[in-house]
Amino acid sequence: MRHRVGFNRLDRRSSHRKAMLRNMVISLFRYERIETTKAKALECKRVAEKMITRAKTDSVHNRRTIAKDMNDKEILNKLFTEIAPMFDGRPGGYTRILKLGFRQGDAAEMVILELVEKTTDKKDDKKKAKKSAKKEEAVAK
Amino acid sequence: MAVPKYKTSKARSRTRKSINMKLSAPKLVECSTCGNKVLPHRVCPKCGFYRGKQVLNLEDIG
Repeated sequence: MRHRVGFNRLDRRSSHRKAMLRNMVISLFRYERIETTKAKALECKRVAEKMITRAKTDSVHNRRTIAKDMNDKEILNKLFTEIAPMFDGRPGGYTRILKLGFRQGDAAEMVILELVEKTTDKKDDKKKAKKSAKKEEAVAK
Repeated sequence: MAVPKYKTSKARSRTRKSINMKLSAPKLVECSTCGNKVLPHRVCPKCGFYRGKQVLNLEDIG
C-alpha cells in the first residue's frame, strides 16, 4: 500500500513538473550546488537521492533505469563514475539544504541544495584557502 | 435566522483584536562569526557563514 506517501505538486502539471525536476537534478549533479526555493529543493532532493542510491551499483540495468529520467549522457556518466562512489558507506543523506532567507518579490524561502561531498578536490583546496582568508577577515572585523 | 441584537462596540472588537491580531517581532540570534543579528537556522547574509563554516562566498556573488 502506498498510503500517506505524498509529494508536492509545485503548482504544475505533471509533465511540467517532471521536466522541471529533471532539469534541476541534472543541474545539481553538474554544479553540485544549486540555489532554489525550499519547496523545489525538497522535491529535487528526493529525486536526486534515489538516483544516487541506485547509481551506487554500476550496471547496465541501473544505467538504463536512470537514463529514463536523465537526458544528459555526460551527467549520467558523472553520476555513476564520480558522484555515487563518493557516497559509498553513507546510507542516504547525500544532499544538504542550507536556508538563505526570503526572496524579494514573493517572499519565497530560498535555499542552497548541495551534495554533501564534492567531486573536485582541487576546488576544495581553493575554497579552503578562501575560507581561512575569510575567517581572518571576519575575526579582524 | 439568528442575528446579533447589538452592534459590536469599538472597544469590544478592539479588545478582541488586541489579543488575536498581535504581531510578534521576529526571533533573532547572533551570528557566531560576525555577531550580526540573523534569523535562526539561516546562513548569515553579511558574512556567509553557517554554523562556523563558510558556505557562501559573497565576493563571488558580487
